Amino acid sequence: MTIKEAENQIIEEFSIFTDWLDKYEYLIELGKSLPIIKESSKSETNLIKGCQSKVWLAADYKDGKIYFTADSDAIITKGIISLLIRVFSGRAPQEIIDADLGFIKEIGLQDNLSPTRSNGLVSMIKQIKFYALAFSANK
Amino acid sequence: MELIKDISDIRHHFPALSQSVNGKPLVYFDNGATAQKPDCVIELVNKMNSGINGNIHRAVHELSARTTELYEGARESVRNFINADSREEIVFTSGTTASINLVANSFSQAFLKKGEAVLLTEGEHHSNIVPWQMACERHGAKLRVLPVDENGCWKMELLDSLLSDGKVKIASVAHISNVLGVVNPIEELIEACHRFGVPVMIDGAQGIIHSSVDVKKLDCEFYVFSGHKLYGPTGIGVLYGKKVFLQKMPPWMGGGDMVGTVTFKKTTYADLPLKFEAGTPNFIGAAGLGEAIGFLAKIDKNFIKEHEEILVARMLEGLASVDKLKLYGVSDRKISLFSFNVGNVHPTDVAMLMDKMGIALRSGMMCAEPLMSHFGVSGMLRASLSVYNTVEEIDYFVNSLKRVLKMLS
Ligand SMILES: Cc1ncc(COP(=O)(O)O)c(C=O)c1O
Repeated sequence: MTIKEAENQIIEEFSIFTDWLDKYEYLIELGKSLPIIKESSKSETNLIKGCQSKVWLAADYKDGKIYFTADSDAIITKGIISLLIRVFSGRAPQEIIDADLGFIKEIGLQDNLSPTRSNGLVSMIKQIKFYALAFSANK
Repeated sequence: MELIKDISDIRHHFPALSQSVNGKPLVYFDNGATAQKPDCVIELVNKMNSGINGNIHRAVHELSARTTELYEGARESVRNFINADSREEIVFTSGTTASINLVANSFSQAFLKKGEAVLLTEGEHHSNIVPWQMACERHGAKLRVLPVDENGCWKMELLDSLLSDGKVKIASVAHISNVLGVVNPIEELIEACHRFGVPVMIDGAQGIIHSSVDVKKLDCEFYVFSGHKLYGPTGIGVLYGKKVFLQKMPPWMGGGDMVGTVTFKKTTYADLPLKFEAGTPNFIGAAGLGEAIGFLAKIDKNFIKEHEEILVARMLEGLASVDKLKLYGVSDRKISLFSFNVGNVHPTDVAMLMDKMGIALRSGMMCAEPLMSHFGVSGMLRASLSVYNTVEEIDYFVNSLKRVLKMLS
């Protein structure tokens, strides 16, 4: 599956929600089921500070692909993270660099990802792209 | 003049309140951060921007004369509002933060020396910590901190021991904490400080809204507040200072309007209050603040007091009905500002979902990290109400809160 295909799958999943409540309930569910990051990875170096909630992001590079794990202390943030992980994890660096993340707007979560909400998600995406650049340079 | 004593009359004057947010009628419970503006303030600001606009104190032409009149008229309104002795004691700044910085710089320059100290409390806003920390670093002085108890109330019994060695040169404390919403015993603190010859600055950012302030009766040396939390425009604030102190303090910023004569050898400074108002001030903001104070005078004082008591009682009752809710700042001197946490639920999650229901809350550290550490949390939720909020809004808030907590559990 390409990034684009993964994004489309998420758009499809979200298309059944007509009410914001259902959408957030789903995000909360996703947040609860996000595979927890290794406790040792929740280190100061992996911490992305938002003003409101904390986000941890770790990256492993194996066989030309990057695997991300992440966590947050806020559950809705965690739900959105799980979507981002689904889209980005297990991809080649170049594919990550090229991704435009159109699905976020498509499923109506752009507000949560605007820099003004200071929840750490914008920095998280930056960090994901940064890892991709770093690993592609090291190849 | 017939005074306003009806909640729907009051709401009528605030256009921002009738909007919808996220498809729901707005419930604005973030008044501690900034208040909505009444129509008269909006109209005056518009009128000035679209016509009555000339720089103050500088020109002989009509527009300048009119703005100068509005600006100085606002100063008189503020003087009267807090019962200061003279206009010379009312300095316009850009806000509470700017007023505190002014005093922290100028007062410290004149009076704070190596080895001496500044007294704060554990409950202060960052704006009343950082400027003093910076001043202390510059002058080789230290901060002393009066701790708060488990309810967030000042441990007054420790005050004398912090003052008795004569090192403290000024105390700077909040009238009402923006986190706890409890009226602090400032009268008692001022009295104790004065016994040791220590002048006191009161951070009135929240206090000015929820109590009638009489600086003469309080006898504090400085009292500071922001216009935007008092239904006025943003970017305007006030520093009240006793004349004897303001006279002895050097100017902080230099520029136009704060001078007597200027030569390259030596400049003499203007008299108070202009000595502290370098450059073109926010004269439209000041006029707007004057207008906001005028608006407040049109509301029945007893109504304001009784209405707040009703809101506080209803809110306390509502919050008490929420399982696992911990309220910070419990006191019989409570204003309509409530910070809390519920179990282990993250405040941001709650605030985000409440926003979807049209309710504006504050979440996070609220610019008071030391106080968060005191309570062992990294954030709180805050509902801060104002004269225009209603019992119905509180009920909707409590019901929505319960619904949101269910979603998150
Ligand atoms: C107690 C207290 N002090 C200081 C401030 C800072 O006020 P401003 O940001 O208007 O300068 C605030 C505002 O949040 C406050 O509540």
